[in-house]
Amino acid sequence: MIKFTNVFKAFPKGGLALKDVSFHIAKGEFVFLTGHSGAGKSTVLKLIYADEPVTSGEVRVSGFNVAELRPRDVPMLRRRLGIVFQDFRLLEDRTAEENVAFALEVTGARRSSTPARVMRVLTQVGLAAKAQAYPRELSGGEQQRVAIARALVNEPSVLLADEPTGNLDERATRGVFQLLRDINASGTAVVMATHDLDLVRQAPYRVIELQEGALVYDSAVDEPRDQAATP
Amino acid sequence: MNLTIREALLAFRRAPLLSALSVTTIAFSLFVVGLFGLVAVNLQDALRGVAERVEIVAYLLPGTPIESITLAEKDIEAFPEVHSAVYVSEDSALARARAELVEFRDVLQELERNPLPASIEVKLKPRFRDAEHVNDVADRLRGFGFVDDVRFGRDWVEKLDRLRQIAAAVGLVVGAAFAVVAIIIIGTTIRMAVLQRSREIAIMRLVGATNGFIRRPFLLQGAIKGMLGGLVAVGLSYGAYTLINRWLIQAAFFSNVQALAIVGFGTLIGLFGSAASVGRHLRRV
Repeated sequence: MIKFTNVFKAFPKGGLALKDVSFHIAKGEFVFLTGHSGAGKSTVLKLIYADEPVTSGEVRVSGFNVAELRPRDVPMLRRRLGIVFQDFRLLEDRTAEENVAFALEVTGARRSSTPARVMRVLTQVGLAAKAQAYPRELSGGEQQRVAIARALVNEPSVLLADEPTGNLDERATRGVFQLLRDINASGTAVVMATHDLDLVRQAPYRVIELQEGALVYDSAVDEPRDQAATP
Repeated sequence: MNLTIREALLAFRRAPLLSALSVTTIAFSLFVVGLFGLVAVNLQDALRGVAERVEIVAYLLPGTPIESITLAEKDIEAFPEVHSAVYVSEDSALARARAELVEFRDVLQELERNPLPASIEVKLKPRFRDAEHVNDVADRLRGFGFVDDVRFGRDWVEKLDRLRQIAAAVGLVVGAAFAVVAIIIIGTTIRMAVLQRSREIAIMRLVGATNGFIRRPFLLQGAIKGMLGGLVAVGLSYGAYTLINRWLIQAAFFSNVQALAIVGFGTLIGLFGSAASVGRHLRRV
């Protein structure tokens, strides 16, 4: 599904953002990507959705060879992924429903099926009742749910989440995390970058930890370790 | 396609001031081009009037038999450049002189012998009324054995030629300069619209919109602005034309095709300006 082989990524101004990173994420897996800020979590995600070019090594994402992707094929790759951010990235001048529909429209989906598909994902994230609300009328947790609905509407095989709970209070965090677990339970792979170790300890999922651009721990490969020792 | 149109039109509602600014700047740029166009159109009309009077006169040797003249007349009329060739006999030349030169009527009246030569007056087709073709035809006329002398307003023809070339060159240079200015202006306003919506564009790319899909509403928006600018420019030109006509001189306005060309030109400017700035933005991010 997602395979990194000896991936290096250089900063534009010199230095390495990723050093020789290799891992393989299988279909339907839930993976935590952990590490301090600046450890390279976001860079890993950006390489997956081809927002940044790979410096060397191989990145394969659901059949795409990302390092050698032509610019015109990038949108095709992204239609197979759902992406969620810490800051939600919703359009302020559109309702929840329109924000989700937007993701369908830009991929040229059939218009007749749009409303039904939008309502289905809004129901899935528990926001069907607030379909007509604008982002400013929603709480942070609700906004993130809209963003997740938008990521799901194209039925991706992988959901990438970059600190999805970073801006949320504890209660909203729990709700969003549970939603991501439910999504994973229905078969979608989830890669969640986070530095919230409480969250990581709550669930028995695979953990990949980065430190200064290097992969220092992968629970699928390395011996289990004392959780208290991890940063 | 529906979405493209909706997004393009939405831009006018989202940023009415910016849109009005683009349309106005294009309108004024094209208006200036239009004014030069009006001058050119009217100059062309005036020149056509002058050009119609350009004619070549071949004076004939006395005693040339009328048969040879009639034959030559046919030959000359068959020249590709020639519009008409008219034989003027000695007698009609004298009659014309008497009628036109009233001051000399007495002198002309008392003549015992007609001093005026017969001639063939040659008019050229409009598109051949320039120095080169006039000279060319004059040379050919000299080749007829019974032609004594060939006269034409050489200076006039050459001056006319130069005037026409200058008018065309000035129109072209000024037009091109203003077109460039208009392209830059619309490029800038579209760029502002692009930056204003850069967040939205980033999200579109994130969810897998192609560059073409992102570009289309902006292109349409630019084209619409350019078209509106062109329409306003034609309107302003018409206003200027009405004023000039009422207070200054009788002038001509654009033909429908020319007016349409201005609007079309505005549309193209809008299209190119927005294509350039959206393209730059999409390459950068």
